Amino acid sequence: MPKFTRPNSLTDNHNHYCPGCTHGIIHRLIAEIMDEMDIQGETIGVCPVGCAVLAYDYFKCDMIQASHGRAPAVATGVKRAKPENLVFTYQGDGDLAAIGTAEIVHAAARGENITTIFVNNAIYGMTGGQMAPTTMPGQKTQTSPSGRDTALEGFPIRVCEMLATLDGVALAERVSVHDAKHVNATKKAIRKAFEIQKNKKGFSIIEILSTCPTNWGLTPNKAVDWLKSDLIPYYPLGVYQERSVR
Amino acid sequence: MSKTLMKGNEALAEAAIRAGCKCYFGYPITPQNEIGAYMSERIRKNGGVFLQAESEIGAINMVYGCSATGTRCMTSSSSPGVSLKAEGISYLAGADLPCVIVNVQRGGPGLGTIQPSQADYWQTTRAMGHGDLRLPVLAPYSVQEMVDMTAEAFKIAEEFRTPVMLLADGLLGQMMEPVSFNEIGGENKDDGQSSPNWAASGHKNKREKNIITSLFLDPIELETAINERFERFEELRAKYTRSESTNTDDADIIVTAYGSTARVIQSAMEMAREEGIKVGTFRPITLSPFPEKALKEATKSAKKVLVVEMSMGQMVDDVKSALEYKLPVEFFGRQGGFVPGPQEILEVIRRMK
Repeated sequence: MPKFTRPNSLTDNHNHYCPGCTHGIIHRLIAEIMDEMDIQGETIGVCPVGCAVLAYDYFKCDMIQASHGRAPAVATGVKRAKPENLVFTYQGDGDLAAIGTAEIVHAAARGENITTIFVNNAIYGMTGGQMAPTTMPGQKTQTSPSGRDTALEGFPIRVCEMLATLDGVALAERVSVHDAKHVNATKKAIRKAFEIQKNKKGFSIIEILSTCPTNWGLTPNKAVDWLKSDLIPYYPLGVYQERSVR
Repeated sequence: MSKTLMKGNEALAEAAIRAGCKCYFGYPITPQNEIGAYMSERIRKNGGVFLQAESEIGAINMVYGCSATGTRCMTSSSSPGVSLKAEGISYLAGADLPCVIVNVQRGGPGLGTIQPSQADYWQTTRAMGHGDLRLPVLAPYSVQEMVDMTAEAFKIAEEFRTPVMLLADGLLGQMMEPVSFNEIGGENKDDGQSSPNWAASGHKNKREKNIITSLFLDPIELETAINERFERFEELRAKYTRSESTNTDDADIIVTAYGSTARVIQSAMEMAREEGIKVGTFRPITLSPFPEKALKEATKSAKKVLVVEMSMGQMVDDVKSALEYKLPVEFFGRQGGFVPGPQEILEVIRRMK
C-alpha cells in the first residue's frame, strides 16, 4: 500500500482553512498533479481575494496574488508574456461569479490558454458568510437572514453551463470533493485541464463543489450531506463542454 | 538627424516599442485610441503582444500579471478610464511592479468631454489609488517629449520598481509634430524579458518560489514595506525631479504651467516682454515629485506668480505649498475643453503688473 505523504509541490505551512473545509483537499490535488506532471518549475498560480488569498503560502510554484475578481485578467497578462508556462487561477464563487464576472467571461471567450480552478461553496467565506451569486434559493446567510429570496435577490448562477456556450472554452467540467470517489474524479478533471493547456487547446475551467461548514452553520459531516442533498441537484456534476480541437 | 511627422499618440506608441515594451494592454477611449491602433499592428510585427481587454480594469490587471513575470509592459487610457484603473494601479504599487501608464487627459467629471483637459492633476499626483502611495508622474509638452519621456518612464519604472504615469492631454495626443527617435533607437537591446530575480516567471526548480502580492497581514511587514517604498521615492526625487525655467533671472512675474498649457504661456511671456513686462516661465516636467526647489529658485526675483491650467486650479496647490505661501499666487484656467489663449493670459499678466 502506498504511503500517504505530503506532495512535494505543497509547502509544510499550517493552512488557515477551517475544519471540514475542502480547500485543503483541492490544494493537495493540484500539488499532486504538479508533481506527477513534473511542472512545478514552470507553473505560475494566481490566487484570488477570498479564503484562498493566502494560497501562495501553500503552493511551491511561483504565485501571484490578484485583486478581487481579476485573476483571469492577471493570468492573461502572465500567459501572454510567458506562453510556455502553465498558468492557473484559483477562485471562489464571490470572486469569480460576482465581482469578476467580466474577467472570467472574456478570458473564456478569448480562449485564453489558462486553467481556472473554481471553488464553489455557495457563500462568501472570508468575509463571514454573505450571500454569493451561487447561494441556493432559501439558503440563510449573513445578508439573506431569512433565506435567499429569488424575488428580491435573483437566482444562482450556473457558471459551467454559462461558460460552455462560449467557443473559446476547451473544457468546462463540474466536480465535487465530498467523498473519495469524487475526489479521485476531481483529480482526473484537473489533470485533464492542465493537459489541455499544455496542448494549447484553450480555456479550461474545473468547477468544484466545496463545503463551508463554518458559514453554513453545519458540522463537517452535515455540510457534506447538504452538499449532496442540495447543491448537487442544482449544480449537476458533469462535463459541459469539451473540445479536443479548436 | 531624420525626423518624422507624427501624431502624439502614435509617436508615443512607437517610442514605447523602441524602448523595449513587449506587451500592451488597453481598452478603447477617446482621445488616445491611436495608441492602441498603432500597437495592434506594430508591436505584434515586432514580436510583442497587443491585447484589447474587456475593460480598463481588465487591461490594468493584465499589466499587473505581465509585469509580475518581469516583462516590460504598458497600458494607456484617458481620464474616465484611468479612474477605472485606480484599483489596479494601487495593487501594482503595493506589489512593487514596474509598468508605464499613459493618461491622455480629457475633460471631466463624469463623461465630461473628449476635448483636452488637465483636470486629473489631483488624481494623478495625489490619489492614483487607495492606500499610502506616491507615484512618479511625467508631463510632456510636445510630441518629441511624448517620445523621450515614454522611454524614460520605462527606465524609471524598472530602476525603482514602480508604476510610472505619463500625464499628457488630448491636445498632445492628437497634434502632429516632427519627431526624432534617435535618442532611444536601439538603446534597449534586450527583448523586454529581463527576468529579474523577483519575478514570478516559473522557478524552473532552480530557485525558491517568488510571490507577488500586496497583502501584508503582519503590521510590521506592511509598515516596513511602505517605509521602504517611500524611501525609494525620495531617492527618485533626488535623481529625477525635473523642470524648465525661462527668463526667470529678472522676472517680476513668473507664469507656471505644465503640459500643453506650458507652450501657451511661452507665447504669453514673449508678448508681455514686448510690452516691457518682466515675465518668466516655469514648467514642472515631473509633477510628482514636484520640482519645489527649482520653483523657489525660479521665483527668487519674482513678486507674483501666475498658475495657468486647463482646470479649475489643481497644480496651484503645489505651487503655493512649494513657495511656502510667501508669494501671492494667482490662477487662470479654462475648462470644458478650451485651451487658454496667449492673449487672455497676457490680459491677466497686465492686471497683475
